[in-house]
Amino acid sequence: MTTTVPSQPLPRPLDVPATPRVNRRPRRVGRIVLHLVVVGLMVLWAIPTVGLLVSSFRPSSELSSSGWWTAFAPPYHFTMENYAQVVNQQGIGQAFLNSLFIAIPSTIIPIAVAAFAAYAFSWMEFRGRDVLFVVVVGLLVVPLQTTLIPILRIFADWGLTGQFLAVWLAHTGYGLPFAVYLLRNFMGALPKSLFESAAIDGANHVTAFFRVAMPLCVPAFAALAIFQFLFVWNDLLVALIYIGLANPDNLPLTATMANLVNSLGGGWYLLGAAAFVSMLVPLIIFFTLQRYFVRGIVGGAVKG
Amino acid sequence: MGSNIVTALMVVVGVPAVLILYIWLTEWIVTLVPSKWQKRVRPWLWLGPALAFLGFFLVYPTIGTIIRSFQSRSPLRPEWVGLDNYKWFFTNEAALRALLNNALWLVMLTFFTVGLGLVIAVLVDRVRYEPVAKSVIFLPLAISMVAAGVIWKFMYDFRPPGQPQTGTLNAAIGTVGLGPVAWLQSPTFGVSTFALIAIMIWMWTGFAMVIISAAVKGIDPELLEAARLDGAGEWQIFRKVTFPLLGPTLAVVSTTMVITSLKTFDIVYTLTNGNYDTEVIANLMIKQMFTFGDFGRASAVAVVLLLAIIPVMAFNIRQFRAQESVR
Repeated sequence: MTTTVPSQPLPRPLDVPATPRVNRRPRRVGRIVLHLVVVGLMVLWAIPTVGLLVSSFRPSSELSSSGWWTAFAPPYHFTMENYAQVVNQQGIGQAFLNSLFIAIPSTIIPIAVAAFAAYAFSWMEFRGRDVLFVVVVGLLVVPLQTTLIPILRIFADWGLTGQFLAVWLAHTGYGLPFAVYLLRNFMGALPKSLFESAAIDGANHVTAFFRVAMPLCVPAFAALAIFQFLFVWNDLLVALIYIGLANPDNLPLTATMANLVNSLGGGWYLLGAAAFVSMLVPLIIFFTLQRYFVRGIVGGAVKG
Repeated sequence: MGSNIVTALMVVVGVPAVLILYIWLTEWIVTLVPSKWQKRVRPWLWLGPALAFLGFFLVYPTIGTIIRSFQSRSPLRPEWVGLDNYKWFFTNEAALRALLNNALWLVMLTFFTVGLGLVIAVLVDRVRYEPVAKSVIFLPLAISMVAAGVIWKFMYDFRPPGQPQTGTLNAAIGTVGLGPVAWLQSPTFGVSTFALIAIMIWMWTGFAMVIISAAVKGIDPELLEAARLDGAGEWQIFRKVTFPLLGPTLAVVSTTMVITSLKTFDIVYTLTNGNYDTEVIANLMIKQMFTFGDFGRASAVAVVLLLAIIPVMAFNIRQFRAQESVR
């Protein structure tokens, strides 16, 4: 691993004041090394995605005979054929809509539920509060897979399997520990004086929640919404178990993609295009909302 | 389709509305009870919905799984078998391999994501194109595991020697006369396991970087300036000032990564399904459940996973307590 932080080659003793003049040359070398390392890492991280992106525009005949980098040398052969085939694939539009139907409620319900719980954990005194909160956070580590069979059995009894409602509820349950944890950290970090003065003004907890806590927690809500949406949008397992076994028509995009991966055989040249179609929404969300994401997570989890 | 839209709209608008109504209603009921009890009752009403969901979706199935792990395979008429399932786990070669691999995952994934995240966070803090650099590193986290699997299938693609290599990695090492290596089909020295871990490092370094970077920004610049004025080199400042101040953040990120590595599933499932000595616990469990239909063993595997996570949980609790005492 590279732990090379660009630095002056010889650290000076702490008690000798450095003169800028002596430092100038090594510092410039340091800057160059710094840029090289950062740009190098960026290239390294981008190559896999760029490679697939380029591949997704190449004709199938060339995909299997030469690497994606050869596409940059003449003769240039680029085509939209792969995308056309993926988009015209049966049921892909439906799967796209299903993904939206699954992801949007699965994002809103847990946040609404978690907000009240987080407020109670932050600004109400009651016995066993800390222990209970620790248990909730502890549930973060429960592997999702252990819960599938018992829940599936109950859902089947209730006739919920195959329905969107089943995944909405399931994603709410699975998303709650993180949602409560994040919101509790954020709400708990708000200044106590705000709530005290609200109480002096005669505000009860309901008013304090809606007028003080909620507006100040908007960055945290935004961050959480993005995180939960991406998680649900990219989920395969929960959807497969609760929906796929009973009603494949309601399956999301990830399941369609997974089927392509598994069953295409000869048609593997479609994979790249298929992968990018499935990434479309996450990428849009990521690029438009990443500011909130960082700010919200950070406001709570890292305070000093 | 139309009815779906209506249902979705009803849920999106209805659920928060119902919750708000619930809180107003309970608040009204609370005012009816003697004031001595109000303070005790109210928190539980606010927590109610969340606790109901958590109890149903996480606590109840976990307890069920623990009980099930002491029973035989049959889904319909399970019998008590004592510790048989655990005996199987700790004497079975594939299971022990999974355990070993998960330990490998834990060490490698945590070390590299946190290490690289820290290095990148500190480095990009000094360049002007920081947002771009961060986006590039963070991007893989927004991609689904299925898509990531496809991306890396192209990276790791292998052709027999003599044929033109279309996989990026094999072509790259080919230019210096090495390889080709069948990255995902090489059990020797755990090459395939490392290949899989590399994918997750690629995906999760951005997560570590974003959080550590925020903590780096939170460090008082005057502190660094003072150290600089005292003649400390950049490396010294990092080691003596920045690093110690990042301690709590690094602990949080490390915990998250340890949990992620223990729960590793999707990437193994999609790329090798545990073949070529790449088995991990979560994949083993799914196999026992759906391929072999042995719910007893599957539950025992799940319980082993839970047990492995308990120390992490204990650490988390201590960390949380320490944080609270400062608050």
